[in-house]
Amino acid sequence: MAAPSKRSQWREELQHFRKDHGFSKKVLLNCCLVRRIVTWASPNLKDSVEDELELSAVRHRPEGLEQLESQTRFSRKELQILYRGFKNECPSGIVNEDTFKDIYSQFFPQGDASTYAHFLFNAFDTDHNGSVSFEDFVMGLSILLRGTVQEKLNWAFNLYDINKDGYITKEEMLDIMKAIYDMMGKCTYPVLKEETPRQHVEVFFQKMDKNRDGVVTIDEFIDCCQNDENIMRSMHLFENVL
Amino acid sequence: MATGVAAWLPFARAAAIGWMPVANCPMPVAPGDNSKRQDELIILNVSGRRFQTWRTTLDRYPDTLLGSSEKDFFYNEETKEYFFDRDPDAFRSILNFYRTGKLHYPRHECISAYDEELTFFGIIPEIIGDCCYEEYKDRKRENLERLQDDQEENKDLKLPNMTFRETMWRAFENPHTSTMALVFYYVTGFFIAVSVITNVVETVPCGSTSSQKDTPCGERYTVAFFCMDTACVMIFTVEYLMRLFAAPSRYRFMRSVMSIIDVMAILPYYIGLVMTNNEDVSGAFVTLRVFRVFRIFKFSRHSQGLRILGYTLKSCASELGFLLFSLTMAIIIFATVMFYAEKGSSSSKFTSIPASFWYTIVTMTTLGYGDMVPKTIAGKIFGSICSLSGVLVIALPVPVIVSNFSRIYHQNQRADKRRAQKKARLARIRVAKSGSANAFLQSKRNGLLNELLELTGTEEDEQKLVKSASLLESQHHHLLHCLERTTAHEFVDEQVYEQNCLEAALRTYASRSPSASSRGSAAGTCCGRGLKRSGPPPRHGPLQELSAIHIQCVDPAPHAASRSNLNLRTDERINCKGGRITTAIISLPSPPALTPDGDGLHGPLQRRPPPPPGHPAAPSIQTTMSSAGTNIVKVSAL
Repeated sequence: MAAPSKRSQWREELQHFRKDHGFSKKVLLNCCLVRRIVTWASPNLKDSVEDELELSAVRHRPEGLEQLESQTRFSRKELQILYRGFKNECPSGIVNEDTFKDIYSQFFPQGDASTYAHFLFNAFDTDHNGSVSFEDFVMGLSILLRGTVQEKLNWAFNLYDINKDGYITKEEMLDIMKAIYDMMGKCTYPVLKEETPRQHVEVFFQKMDKNRDGVVTIDEFIDCCQNDENIMRSMHLFENVL
Repeated sequence: MATGVAAWLPFARAAAIGWMPVANCPMPVAPGDNSKRQDELIILNVSGRRFQTWRTTLDRYPDTLLGSSEKDFFYNEETKEYFFDRDPDAFRSILNFYRTGKLHYPRHECISAYDEELTFFGIIPEIIGDCCYEEYKDRKRENLERLQDDQEENKDLKLPNMTFRETMWRAFENPHTSTMALVFYYVTGFFIAVSVITNVVETVPCGSTSSQKDTPCGERYTVAFFCMDTACVMIFTVEYLMRLFAAPSRYRFMRSVMSIIDVMAILPYYIGLVMTNNEDVSGAFVTLRVFRVFRIFKFSRHSQGLRILGYTLKSCASELGFLLFSLTMAIIIFATVMFYAEKGSSSSKFTSIPASFWYTIVTMTTLGYGDMVPKTIAGKIFGSICSLSGVLVIALPVPVIVSNFSRIYHQNQRADKRRAQKKARLARIRVAKSGSANAFLQSKRNGLLNELLELTGTEEDEQKLVKSASLLESQHHHLLHCLERTTAHEFVDEQVYEQNCLEAALRTYASRSPSASSRGSAAGTCCGRGLKRSGPPPRHGPLQELSAIHIQCVDPAPHAASRSNLNLRTDERINCKGGRITTAIISLPSPPALTPDGDGLHGPLQRRPPPPPGHPAAPSIQTTMSSAGTNIVKVSAL
């Protein structure tokens, strides 16, 4: 009969969908059922209610512990600690940009950390789906805390390269610099002037841009950083963070 | 820093790697994690109910009982758990505070019991989350008011050191406190009644005399009534003056409603005395006598109900206004209609629209005096519509208004409460923010101080302000320090910042210092300032040594000038030996707002230590500085 096979096919698809996105069966079922009831009850408010449902139904469960252990350089215990902290702050399992900005701003009470948090968010959100899941979070941390210097520098380059085209232009660097200086806030010594970020960018480009073509490529960046003692030393600064 | 996001601190620190390639200076050393314990479960036994949580969860709030070493007092060796003999239900919300960072107030809890629990566990109630804070404050206020009422009832004893004035005021406000007050209360009440009855009886016609008309009693027994009036007014005047004398705030008393009523009650009499029996002003005089009826309002001091009524009317003024407005609209509409309907009929009383107002009002309020009635058919039709709609217009809103009274009354109170609490809430948030910022600046100063003390190898241990900040705090401060190094600027507090701004403005007008040449680049200043900027140290010698090590290129002009300004601000022992030479101070300037443990900071430090014996280094250091700029800071052997 056509019906059972269709049903089984649908069930298979559902299972694939679930596996891909880590949704449990129950959650999915609840999701669909609730949505059906609501749309039946109030057909006019279809869009807004669906939007609300979208938001509340998005729960993310990360891959298994073994998988994460193999993909990152953290031990089991460390992953446990990380996940507990992560889930405590974001019970839904994912961080969206606003929450991220909130959390990051709490560490810098004197200034405005939202711009820099935005860049950070983009650097962590490697698949660019608008939210940082635990996997993204832990992969990023693995590079930053346990990666080789090369990887760390790569990550930093990725952070500075806002449009991810492989080149850091002066404008991109200026944006990043302004974001960093914004975190300092108003009450600084010496008083922050308008051209301070620009000057800093000039200094940076003088150091990094070897062939003076106005952009910094990944190789120039890594080369230059590896030759700079201060930078190399500070790369090892946070290794015992966890 | 909100410790609720303590779990994300490792992430924030890791992300700081993004600043490293941009920085031009070396980064400060990270605080070591000395007591790296494995995270363990600890058991909290609260009156038999066992709670378990991670140790790190409790460590998030180190200034509470559970987060500090104070809980070791409750440790039970045999069962390896912490035993607290407290209420387990209340403990739930306290433990949730550690877990989620938000303190909730459970509604079924008694407010004083909950307060006690919070005090026991060292948690201040101000951090109750916004969701529960309003409820908590309401309950607390109710409780306080109830306690106050109880106290007032018990407060029959006169406090021994109350002045005569205060005693009088208390007697006036609470008549049952002493017999004198009670006597006074009843006497004034009696005289108010007498005065009101006099006013009323004055106008009653008192049996006919030889003249034809019935004369009112007032004109027959003029002298008697005048005497009674005088007596009453004298009593009222004396009472008013006594109240004025006893009032704690005379200006406020004079503005209060009751005193205005008092004044209006006695003023007509005095005005009448002053004015002669002039024909021109007799009309005005009569009007003034009407104000004597205000004496009846003096009863509101004696009657609680009257006061409440007045207050509710005042608070529902807008609703009443709306009723009045809609009535006026209806009256105008119907008056117009009736006027034009009755225009045709002869001998109609509806001579003008204003004249029809009276008919409309009387009909709409279903009074129906009958002095004006419509005669035409159209007039009668519209008249009936008018009376029907009158019933609706008046009868319907009145219950709504009555119920609105209570609703709006409570709502207003809640809105005012919320507004007041919002201000308090914003203030709390601001305080928390500035608190964390100030904590960082404070720790910088402490850190500098400690380093210097270590360098000089002093044995004066009491000067060691080791406010052992938690590991979390020190890590957070390290992060902020890294940011400072990256941007080559430093965090300062508001006052210093404003001062610097002022200075910068002044300097543009003053003569330029020739040290403009050494206006180092951002990189230079960063390294040059290093440890110095956090504040002038207590000892000059070691500082000079330290600064010698760290100076690469220095920008002394703003530096020393502002430092001297700091000196000038807080220590008057500076003699300006002219120009730009200032003597160094030996005490640490600390803006009063920032030091939580001000005593520890000020006390020992303002002792002037003897200048360090090893001074051969000093001249060379000074030349180093002088070569960089003209602002010379001399060590004085004062």
